[in-house]
Amino acid sequence: MEEDMNAEKKPYITTSAARRDRGEHGRKTLSMPVRYAINGVLVLLFLVLGELMIDGGVISRYQSTVIEQVGVYIIMAVSLNIATGYLGQLPLGHAGFMSVGGYSCALFIMKMAPVFGLTSRTISAGGPEVVLLVALGLLFGGACSALAGLVIGIPALRLKGDYLAIITLGFAEIIRVVMLNIDGVLGFELTGGAKGLTGIPGYTNFLNTFVVVAIALFLIHTMMKSRHGRAILAIRDNEIAAEASGVNTTYYKTMAFVVSAFWAGVAGGLYAGCIGVMAPSKFGFMKSIEILVMVVLGGMGSMLGSVLSATVLTILPEALRAFSDYRMVVYAIVLILVMIFRPQGLLGTYDFSLSRVIERVMNHDYPWKKRAAKEVQENA
Amino acid sequence: MPNETSKRADVAPEPEKRRRPVLVQVEEPNLVTERDMGKMPVLQAQHLGIDFGGLTAVDDFNIAMGPTEIAGLIGPNGAGKTTIFNLLTNVYQPTRGTVLIDGYDTAGKSVVQVNKMGIARTFQNIRLFSQMTVEENVLVGFTNSMSSHLVTDIFRLPGHWRQEAEFHEKAQELLGIFDMQGLSDERAGNLPYGAQRRLEILRALATHPKVLLLDEPAAGMNPNETEELMDNIRKIRDDLHIAILLIEHDMSLVMGICEVVGVLDYGKIIAKGSPEDIQNDPRVIEAYLGKQGVK
Repeated sequence: MEEDMNAEKKPYITTSAARRDRGEHGRKTLSMPVRYAINGVLVLLFLVLGELMIDGGVISRYQSTVIEQVGVYIIMAVSLNIATGYLGQLPLGHAGFMSVGGYSCALFIMKMAPVFGLTSRTISAGGPEVVLLVALGLLFGGACSALAGLVIGIPALRLKGDYLAIITLGFAEIIRVVMLNIDGVLGFELTGGAKGLTGIPGYTNFLNTFVVVAIALFLIHTMMKSRHGRAILAIRDNEIAAEASGVNTTYYKTMAFVVSAFWAGVAGGLYAGCIGVMAPSKFGFMKSIEILVMVVLGGMGSMLGSVLSATVLTILPEALRAFSDYRMVVYAIVLILVMIFRPQGLLGTYDFSLSRVIERVMNHDYPWKKRAAKEVQENA
Repeated sequence: MPNETSKRADVAPEPEKRRRPVLVQVEEPNLVTERDMGKMPVLQAQHLGIDFGGLTAVDDFNIAMGPTEIAGLIGPNGAGKTTIFNLLTNVYQPTRGTVLIDGYDTAGKSVVQVNKMGIARTFQNIRLFSQMTVEENVLVGFTNSMSSHLVTDIFRLPGHWRQEAEFHEKAQELLGIFDMQGLSDERAGNLPYGAQRRLEILRALATHPKVLLLDEPAAGMNPNETEELMDNIRKIRDDLHIAILLIEHDMSLVMGICEVVGVLDYGKIIAKGSPEDIQNDPRVIEAYLGKQGVK
């Protein structure tokens, strides 16, 4: 009853019944729609600001290309984080999924553009048809990659640890070699072989990249905060116990792997539109390692960690271009230092929640207060 | 009685579609207390055995547990007690014999399917999801009771919220058994040892078992905690109406709550009966202390 009255008075702030049971009487919390609204507004603000800055020429063309790549690598890192951080496996073939998605998305858009009455120039110009075409293309790229993830996932996930790493590594190499040779072997013009797939229209821009980033982050977050995500985390923490608790481990492992591959495929699609050329040599072993480094550096199991380290590690090589002789050395030293002093990654499994911070402010519940209370207790 | 059934219905999921029961005649209805006489045994094992290479780890293990029975399994280290748990839950495929849960054969079923059929267990060395919160640990146990589709969940459709709220309440209710609601948001790995053991039991209960297998629930607990645990085990049996089979080295616990006790040595049941009978059985004394009068 009391809760109902509270809800009537302050519709945006609810007091959870369970929290009241636990003795945290009267703790104010944000309701879910409000939380989503806050985050949605922030994302919108970011998109509008970025777009304005690009239009106004504050950000150069080169810089905006780098920013688009940041978006691509954020999706890559966060998607790999599903398989490594959340599921606790170590796949080393993430670049393979990226290339499957990249090629299939680029080819889809190139072949379907005439159907929509578009040419590569009009695609760059934008418009409602372009949005639809690009969305379909990215979905197609993601779906192809997810299918590849399913095909590789079912046999690979029977293995663990090093074995899984090696089988996924082999798989990524197979994809690379297929992309390289499929034209010659089958005798048609599709991937362009070693010279690469050229003439991809530049359908990627700041806006659609970061809209996709926001969607990816949201959907991965919501998946992890549901029964499916809990099952995946349970497998990471203790597979035997998860199975004994009724978690179908084979199903959830495959699911996590497929979702991870799907988003890698979508990121690949964006990447193709950003770079304009797809060449098999770009998706070698080193690319997979690069993405894995982002996840490990940021902290396995932390979405914010993946986002931050993908951003830093994409910008850093560009920023250090002037010192190109030393940049790989700096890169390596940073990695070694992090692994020595923070082996769990910069953020560990910590994840940031804006609503949590706001709730703390609303309740005047600051960390230093707790610390002070503890000190008082200890002194007494 | 009607009260009992309604209580059970509160926690039980809808009955699953199953094949017709494979009813096997119980040859030796041992370990059945008078209270459950005439009722269908909820867990039966017949001539259960497993060989690891040439070693017979368990041989000719028979059990028939009534629906609300608390039974104990004791025996020296390495006698095969945990192996029996692994056989009952299909972690190991038995070499010989059958296991029936409510009359349904578990042969060829996966661990998850056996869990769905009604067996839940805890582990000798605690196996919690240590990075997850206490409530999340319990919610993982509810995985199969929850039915929301992935699409409903990721797009946060109303069905997701309804279900999350419903199972949040259920989890809190379950945590209430051990007065652990206050620890809901604590990381399971940060809990003290005793609380971790209790949480493991709650996680097992979340899967709506008919039989709960407890592997050394009192290990590492002090006498006070053990006493509390005994009350709680009885409470679980009385509130949820499930059968409990436990392995334990702590004799005060076994003798205090078990209605029947089986003694295992070298993979074979050497004695079974009420706690009093077991305490005075010469074969049991021999297994634990050695033969008398040998010079």
